[in-house]
Amino acid sequence: MSAPMPAVRIEGLCKDFGTTRVLDGIDLDIPRGKVTCLIGPSGSGKSTLLRCVALLEEPTDGYISINGDPLGFDRGPNGARVKLPARQIRKVRSRIGMVFQQFNLWPHMTAVGNVSEALVTVRGMSRADAEERARKELDAIGLGARAGHYPSELSGGQQQRVAIARALALDPGIMLFDEPTASLDPELTGEVLNVMRRLAESGMTMLVVTHEIGFAASVGSKIAFLDHGRILVEGAPGEVFAKPREPRIDQFLETYLDRGAATLL
Amino acid sequence: MGADMSFDLGLILSYLPRILEGLGVTLMLWVIGSALGLAVGFAVAVGRRYGPAPLGWLLRGIVEVIRGTPFLVQVFLLYYGGPFIGLRLENIPAGILALAIYAAAYYSELWRAGFDAIPKGHLEAADCVGFTEWQTLRRIILPEMTVLVLPSMVNMTILILKETAILSIISLPELTLSVSAIGTQHYAFVESFTVLALLYWALVEICGALGRRAEARLSKYRFAT
Repeated sequence: MSAPMPAVRIEGLCKDFGTTRVLDGIDLDIPRGKVTCLIGPSGSGKSTLLRCVALLEEPTDGYISINGDPLGFDRGPNGARVKLPARQIRKVRSRIGMVFQQFNLWPHMTAVGNVSEALVTVRGMSRADAEERARKELDAIGLGARAGHYPSELSGGQQQRVAIARALALDPGIMLFDEPTASLDPELTGEVLNVMRRLAESGMTMLVVTHEIGFAASVGSKIAFLDHGRILVEGAPGEVFAKPREPRIDQFLETYLDRGAATLL
Repeated sequence: MGADMSFDLGLILSYLPRILEGLGVTLMLWVIGSALGLAVGFAVAVGRRYGPAPLGWLLRGIVEVIRGTPFLVQVFLLYYGGPFIGLRLENIPAGILALAIYAAAYYSELWRAGFDAIPKGHLEAADCVGFTEWQTLRRIILPEMTVLVLPSMVNMTILILKETAILSIISLPELTLSVSAIGTQHYAFVESFTVLALLYWALVEICGALGRRAEARLSKYRFAT
């Protein structure tokens, strides 16, 4: 019996920036309905890996598929790697929602404007329907009362929740998070992690780059530890953090005592 | 009427209808020249950003030449030199064209700075929700950039107003030509130029006040950092 098809399959992924190899042959399956966390030291390539899955970076080599459909590149008839047409890329990519470290809300639109914009512009919904949908998303994350506020009038935590709502409004099958709490004060980090925790409980497939080791250990079903552009260890939190473990992970955890890693040491 | 050695602004102001006529021409040149300049400048900035490299080099070269030469010289060459290449224009269209080209070169640089000032992440967010490049330009870049570049655009528009005075050299009956002609007629040069200074300054103040009002209204769209 074969294993169920993963939500995302990454095969032999390489990424060079100039002459620097940032990702060096990544193979990783992201299971459906689970939370997969990418952890590792700065410069290990975890954000670049996530950005490749969002197709914000074009991989230098290798393949990514979403529910079995190739993303960006496919194997050509003669085995060569070929870039797919823009329309097909857009279609596969629309199954992915992305949340950034810097929130990246559009400053000239209100919260409801940020969430409804793509529903109108990309999905062709009427403005009224889109805003109604956006209000529902904002209500769901407890920001209904802030719907008419501009990003400059919201706290960092609120902005990040709006950014999550913006991605969710488009009904993605997979949510990507690129260090979603790294720009937040500790007290605002909690409200964002809570939204993510609830999203995980609802069965959303999530791929999360995070330094919140406590979150990764408690919410993650799968952890991949990256170092120098390779996956050093991958598995369930119990396996990755179990002792005795890879010395590189020990060394890494020691620097993250304040991120909930203390219990793992 | 002979020369009056006392300082008498009343003499100049008694020609109010002629002054207002000149003012009207100046306003027309300013508004049309700046509006064309803003639009063409935007097109140039877009061409340099999205167009093929050779187009970028060409546009950059033209902008450099226009920024590198005095407006007076450009007006002169366009109006008096134009006929040599078959470009024969009346003074009003020539004046508007010269002003629009000059303004476009400077505005294009401001638009370009605006493009660069938009955080890359805002564009990536648009990319991720499926916007085409055109949709991103229209819905994200243009409005964000407008907020960012507004103060420098107001400043540039004020400079354009003052440059319209140079168009008097092609006998365009704008404010400077009209009022200085009155001064010449009565040997009242200081009075005429004082009136000119006051009128330009008043226009600049009005423009500045409108700009500040617009900035205040747009302030809530500023980035939350």
